[in-house]
Amino acid sequence: MTKADFKPWNRAAGRLLKGAALSLALLSAGTGLAQAQGKTLKWGAAREIASLDPYSFGETFTLAVLNHVYEGLVRYTGDLKIEPALAESWETVSPTVWRFKLRPGVKFHNGNAFTADDVVASLARVTHETSPLKGNLPAYKSSRKIDDLTVEIEVNGPYPLLLNDLTNIYIFDKEWMEANNASLPTDSGKGIKGFATDNANGTGPFSVESRRADSRTVFVANPGWWDKPQHNISRIEFLPISAASTRVAALLSGEIDFTNVAPLQDLPRLSASPDVKVLQTNELRTVIFALNLKNTLFESDIKDKNPLQDKRVREALYRAIDIDAVQRRAMRGLSRNTGALIAPAIPGYTPAQDERLPFDLDGAKKLLTEAGYPNGFSFQMNCQSDGLVNEEEFCQAVAAMWSRAGLKPNLSLGPRSQQTPKRVRGEFDVISFGWANEPMIDAYSILIQVMRSKSGSGGVFNWGDWGRADIDALIDKAGVELDSAKRIPMMSEALMIAKREHLFIPLHQQPMAWAMRSSVAETVQASDNKPRLWLTRMK
Amino acid sequence: MLVFLVKRLMNAAGVMLAVAFLAFMIFRFVGDPVELMLNEQASQAQRDELRIRLGLDRSFLLQFATFVGNAVRGDFGISYRNQQDVFTLIAERFPATFELVLVATFLSLAVGLPLGVYTAIRRDSFLAKLLQFVSVLGVSLPSFALGILFILVFSVTLQWLPAFGRGEIVMLGGWSTGFLTPSGRLALILPGVTLSLFQITLVMRLVRAEMLETMRTDFIRFARARGLPDRSVHVRHALRNCLMPVITVTGLQIGNLIAFALVTETVFQWPGMGLLFVQAVTFVDIPVMAAYLIVVSFIFVSLNTVVDLLYAIVDPRLREDAISGAANAR
Amino acid sequence: MPAETARAPGRLARWLDSDIGWSFRQTPVAWLSALLLILLIVSAFCAPLIAPQNPHDLKQIFIDKAELPPIWAKDAEWPFLLGTDPQGRDVLSAILYGTRVSLIIGLASVMVSMAIGVTVGLLAGYHGGRIDNILMRIGDTVLSIPTLLMAILVSALFREMLPPGLREPFAAVVIVLSISLTNWVQYARTVRALTMVERRKEYVLAARIIKVSSVRIMRRHILPNTLTPVMVAATLNLGLAILSEATLSFLGVGMPITQPSLGTLIRIGNQYLFSGSWWLIVFPALQLGLIVLSVNLLGDWLRDALNPKLR
Repeated sequence: MTKADFKPWNRAAGRLLKGAALSLALLSAGTGLAQAQGKTLKWGAAREIASLDPYSFGETFTLAVLNHVYEGLVRYTGDLKIEPALAESWETVSPTVWRFKLRPGVKFHNGNAFTADDVVASLARVTHETSPLKGNLPAYKSSRKIDDLTVEIEVNGPYPLLLNDLTNIYIFDKEWMEANNASLPTDSGKGIKGFATDNANGTGPFSVESRRADSRTVFVANPGWWDKPQHNISRIEFLPISAASTRVAALLSGEIDFTNVAPLQDLPRLSASPDVKVLQTNELRTVIFALNLKNTLFESDIKDKNPLQDKRVREALYRAIDIDAVQRRAMRGLSRNTGALIAPAIPGYTPAQDERLPFDLDGAKKLLTEAGYPNGFSFQMNCQSDGLVNEEEFCQAVAAMWSRAGLKPNLSLGPRSQQTPKRVRGEFDVISFGWANEPMIDAYSILIQVMRSKSGSGGVFNWGDWGRADIDALIDKAGVELDSAKRIPMMSEALMIAKREHLFIPLHQQPMAWAMRSSVAETVQASDNKPRLWLTRMK
Repeated sequence: MLVFLVKRLMNAAGVMLAVAFLAFMIFRFVGDPVELMLNEQASQAQRDELRIRLGLDRSFLLQFATFVGNAVRGDFGISYRNQQDVFTLIAERFPATFELVLVATFLSLAVGLPLGVYTAIRRDSFLAKLLQFVSVLGVSLPSFALGILFILVFSVTLQWLPAFGRGEIVMLGGWSTGFLTPSGRLALILPGVTLSLFQITLVMRLVRAEMLETMRTDFIRFARARGLPDRSVHVRHALRNCLMPVITVTGLQIGNLIAFALVTETVFQWPGMGLLFVQAVTFVDIPVMAAYLIVVSFIFVSLNTVVDLLYAIVDPRLREDAISGAANAR
Repeated sequence: MPAETARAPGRLARWLDSDIGWSFRQTPVAWLSALLLILLIVSAFCAPLIAPQNPHDLKQIFIDKAELPPIWAKDAEWPFLLGTDPQGRDVLSAILYGTRVSLIIGLASVMVSMAIGVTVGLLAGYHGGRIDNILMRIGDTVLSIPTLLMAILVSALFREMLPPGLREPFAAVVIVLSISLTNWVQYARTVRALTMVERRKEYVLAARIIKVSSVRIMRRHILPNTLTPVMVAATLNLGLAILSEATLSFLGVGMPITQPSLGTLIRIGNQYLFSGSWWLIVFPALQLGLIVLSVNLLGDWLRDALNPKLR
């Protein structure tokens, strides 16, 4: 029973005024009904999702929103442990074959039953060669139906992280895809649209009622959800509001109930309001400065060599950062300073990695002199205005600190859409860079995608030639090791090499802040920064 | 008359063709669409294939002709950013902008006319001088700063009016309106006032200037000499005489208001065409930029042409496009 | 006109004695706004001398001094008279330097659009015929696109065409061009109309007969006669140009954060609208309003003073 069932206004097109009165009356009747049944949560987000098709764009936020509609075979709990979802149990038949028992009695939003055919068709779709999410399931080889509720997935070598990958591979309905000619993935990066771009049919706790891109997407509770709902929400209005100050104003005035991106500088004011609470913790995302380690700098007064290839120079950059001042001011005391390249919750982390070099301006100057740059050198620093939390602020702060050490950083700040192409092409000397290790929640993510030298599917984000043979070897070994007691130390060792060489300059785990009106009674804020409204209760 | 009509329409068509050319140049020369649409690992074969699919291998003129042909049919391609058909996107956003402009236009007349008349007939009173000064202040303060100030006062501090969006909207066929719900009407107030302020001062100064001009003319002097009461002279004769230019300029200004609404829409996150355009500019979403340019220019040129034609019907002496320039007074 | 008052005292005295000068002395609004404008201009151009801090020198900026309130409030610190921004930058210094950027861009835009407009107007008016037709059609087309939209598009286009490394250093040039390319038509129309009148006068005809080159005729004889209305238009346009730049910067297509103009400062301040740091937005907005207001008041006075009908 939703408002969409009425839709009187489509028919009212000709009889303008009469129709207006009619639809208005019905609209308020609809709202009344919704209130009688349950609560509406208005979610003010910082940006729009790329598409309703979860295979269209491999971006954490889009996937997090669509997780309300679509589900995977397994899922993360609020404290980031893997638990069964559409699959009830699993086993490894051989090192390369996994068998999943599917949950019986699950229905899609259109009423179709969930079976093994849907899993096979979905995996075929997501691993299709035109799928932008192909890389999220790197080890996949094939899948086959054993019976209606049993599926086998074969991987192309021993692979320890299949379950982690599957948390974000959502399952489509095969009949629905075939009926709507949606069996091939869409790609929002390349402008390829399909039926699934604007329509959705999953098994999740909410279904899509209506969508106007950039304005309002409405989700309504799925009464036939297989899981016992912990939420009491009947309707979610997803409202992208890109301007941070507008979002804050909307929350304060009660136009939205919840935002998953509350600007740090406004937290004191938000907390001070009796109607608003702030939930704040540290994200998994670790923020570092990554350096151009190619043979020449991109933009510098030193043309013939790259000073950043000298370990002493990198150490000087590291020591020149007064991380406490950055933490206190730019991050408003809310970030967690780190010496490690990954967050403590990520397997592969060791406390030894987390020790920072102390702030030591004179030491930094001395190191620069020893390396042969007593007067410093200029280089280009690429930061984004809409990327990481308070990225403009901490980049400017660090640039000021490096200037005091005698260096001449040239700060280039711009929106992500303008800065990313330059980063991908390697046109930078220093970039601010954040990596959350999602959806794997394992250090293998940063190792294979960022730190590995470019080869095949490895090193996609290795934009500055910072790969090293010794680290590569450890990554490759860890990639085929099924025993986590052996695998995790390999990854830690690789991270320790990077640390000793100061390949990257770690800063902090960035803070994340959600804010909600008192109408939201409780919710779960996991450090992957994904709102899980099916675990949220309203007053 | 017919000759004038044809000439004027040809002129408008020529201008639109020039605008289309500018839009096309944006398409061709701002970034290579092939590079924008493919990722960096794409092979040369994939690049060539896409190039042919997009028609980029054809001659320049042929491409331009195709572009114009598509634009006439309302086909502006697909947004790079959110995969929607660009024309649909703009059409969906149009009602929001139009209602905002309507409110601003109404306000500018409702407030600007009386103030203009007052400052003209009591031109030496203190209040009139003050109003004159305030009107200069009005054109000197940037509208975005005023909008932010309004939000600070009326939404954050007093919590009287909403700070963003359109409130609850009702669909009438394909047209979304905010006029029919209380929250929709409330949401219109702040952005409407912000957008209208410049326009109010414009109308006020125009009315004042026209009134002063008219009151110096002989026929007003005659009216006074005949012993008609002041009120009658002012309203029946002077005001009526200056309404024509006011209406003309208001009509022409609608096009400008639509364009200027993009600033107001950015401040109030008003989901209209202007906000769409500003977002498109930051994302370098070229199809949307080009389409917006063409749509807004089309409205602008159509308004100018219609006003010119009407003027020519009313006053045959004015069959020179002397007034269209006034539209760009801003 | 400020440019005029700044000249040698002999000429200043003579100017104050003229008709215009008399009107100037008799109109408090005129000389008050002129005084204010001169004060603002001088303070902006002397920014390196009087500002407590160079906001572009990263070495002078300490993040520990971030977000201090203006000097009269609690927790304020000397010498940050108008407080500091979230980077620890002195707001007063940022405004002085920002005003300089805004003024330079405004003045440059007016001069470039005046140069284009006067040249086009002279050519069109003097030669007439086909040249006139083509040039004026181009002008009509420019006028049929709303100015703000045109400026945004032109600046986006230019920026995209520049190689990434040059975009920031040339940001000001891009803005000047984008404002000028939309504003020249007004000058062109004025000058064209005046030129057409002058061209038929006998002294021009005489000059043509003795084969004075047309460039020389335009420069020595016609141009001086068009100067008065052009200067009035230029003064009124200066306010508009400064506002256009501020609007572009506010929308994020203008001056980058590394060389902020007043518009950029307001855009940055807008992010802190709700955090209580009101001084980040109020002072730059006030400064911008003051500049444009004084320019507009002066322009209005000038227009009225030169308009014989209103005497």
